[in-house]
Amino acid sequence: MESMSVMAADMGYDPREGQTRDAVEGTTQEDRARDLGMMSEQLKNRSMEVFFEVGEDENVTYPWAENVDFNKRTELDCEGKPTTQVNKDIRALMAEGYGTIVLKNPRGMHSVGVGILNKLNLIIEGSIGYFGVGLIDGPNVRINGRVGWSCGENMMAGTVVIEKNAGSTFGAAMRGGDLVCKGSVGSRTGIDQKGGTIIVGGDTGAFSGFMMQRGRMVVCGNAGKNLGDSMYDGTIYVGGEVKDYGVDAVPAELTDLDKAWLTRKLTQYDLMPEKGVDHFTKIVSGKQLWNYDNLEPNEKKLIL
Amino acid sequence: MCGIAGLIHRGKSSSVGSEMTSMLTALKHRGPDSTGFAVYGEPNSGDYVMRFKVAEQEDMASGYDMGEKIAARIELVEKRLGEHKATIKDRESATPYAMRYVLSHDGDTEAMARYIEDIEGTEILSLGNSLELIKDLGDANVVADAYGLRDFTGTHGIGHTRMATESDVDIRSAHPYWAFPYNDVSVVHNGQITNYWIKRRQMEKRGHRFMSSCDSELLAVYTADNLANGATLEDSLKASIEEIDGVFTYLVATKDELGMAKDTMAAKPLVLYESDDMIAMASEEVAIRAILPQEIDTTDPYDEEIRVWKA
Repeated sequence: MESMSVMAADMGYDPREGQTRDAVEGTTQEDRARDLGMMSEQLKNRSMEVFFEVGEDENVTYPWAENVDFNKRTELDCEGKPTTQVNKDIRALMAEGYGTIVLKNPRGMHSVGVGILNKLNLIIEGSIGYFGVGLIDGPNVRINGRVGWSCGENMMAGTVVIEKNAGSTFGAAMRGGDLVCKGSVGSRTGIDQKGGTIIVGGDTGAFSGFMMQRGRMVVCGNAGKNLGDSMYDGTIYVGGEVKDYGVDAVPAELTDLDKAWLTRKLTQYDLMPEKGVDHFTKIVSGKQLWNYDNLEPNEKKLIL
Repeated sequence: MCGIAGLIHRGKSSSVGSEMTSMLTALKHRGPDSTGFAVYGEPNSGDYVMRFKVAEQEDMASGYDMGEKIAARIELVEKRLGEHKATIKDRESATPYAMRYVLSHDGDTEAMARYIEDIEGTEILSLGNSLELIKDLGDANVVADAYGLRDFTGTHGIGHTRMATESDVDIRSAHPYWAFPYNDVSVVHNGQITNYWIKRRQMEKRGHRFMSSCDSELLAVYTADNLANGATLEDSLKASIEEIDGVFTYLVATKDELGMAKDTMAAKPLVLYESDDMIAMASEEVAIRAILPQEIDTTDPYDEEIRVWKA
């Protein structure tokens, strides 16, 4: 039941605010999930939608996780240091109990802050290079600059907020958490996405959502060609224009639940468009490519 | 995986030599095999700068008489220059096998270049009024020091650090490529071109020469072919997206322009910084940060994107 309430809260149903009670009441979790185009079966065990909350002890699941104090703040200067040293320094500071770490002068350094499996407030003052904050499980990261290719790749939980632009393969193979870029991102955003939420304030390039399997992607601006190509499942919302749809990506009806969810998420990250969320296009998988290898040759032709 | 970088200052000269060296040093991890620079200074009045090599670095250990062979080749180059009524105003040689001549010449430079390249082991790396093209094995610091690049001032330049994937590790396969016989045009490329042989045969039928088996040379020849047919740089870049297959991002520099093109898959990276007085681009942001440590806004060009900037 614990995980169900987490799911329900994420659907936009918040009993404290009651904002979408009408839309939710009288529906099962499965119905709600299907309305969002999310999945065809109910998730069991640990879902991809595990949200980290500051001060919530039970979310720190790793036995070796450091018990950090968010009020303990320190700065770390990356100037002249190799990446491995910076990442080791972050771990050493967490072991000392620092819960808020500010990185200074990263200057396009690659692989900064990867593999942090702990709660932490990480603030990066500047731009970082490739594979920034990949493979993380738990931290809240704020990057006051630009990120290069593959930011947040394979992230499992936590939030990453980027103030400027991002490169290609943003949130590739991501599994959970919120990955937010307030500017524009490059191509192949959310390729192989397996869960979580990617939010882009600006535009995204070609092949976004390629082979997406689960989770949700929100693009407030325009999307490039082949959007959602070969997606298995999951949902993409686009606020601007879609150049063209990829194979097996189809537009779907934007339901009240979608609108409520979009409103909540975009408000949370200060990206709410002035004209609301009614103009968003919702894209889901047509699921025609499922079991493609077992189809007859004629059927294959019809799909592609 | 190669690293490419480009830099253009609008309306003024700057220390492009040392800036490009810093950028390419930051990209060293993308390709340690060879490094090349094409930098553009103020056009000197009527004089040509010709850079050529008469042997490969690896040839230097190939025999006791290599020194004599090189001397003979250089002598022959000078003789042939004389036959084409070119006067050598200045000679420099950073390495025993690579030379830089300043020439005064007013005739057909293409015929002269073809005549000189007929000599065994000889390749003209660049020819032009403002282009200096330097390439050799080693990282950016090694090459820049060997060729005294750091003092160079100019308006723009492009550079390349190479990880050899398509051909050998030698100077002939190193970038940038001069768009023979087009004076002052050079190309750097990161990617793989998959219709190389088809396009190469087409180009060879039209009389273009290929010195290496590196796919990137095709882009230089292709650009030269387009320019010879009266296309602008922008037209040529646009046409290449349709006609060249594979994954690529490449930069082209001319006497007063710098252009970029990205393939239809957007599979090769480029990061772009634009301001009123300068534009910098590189495969990775870390290269741009090497010369601009302050906080700046950078973007990724999208698929099929083409840009051309004037110096």
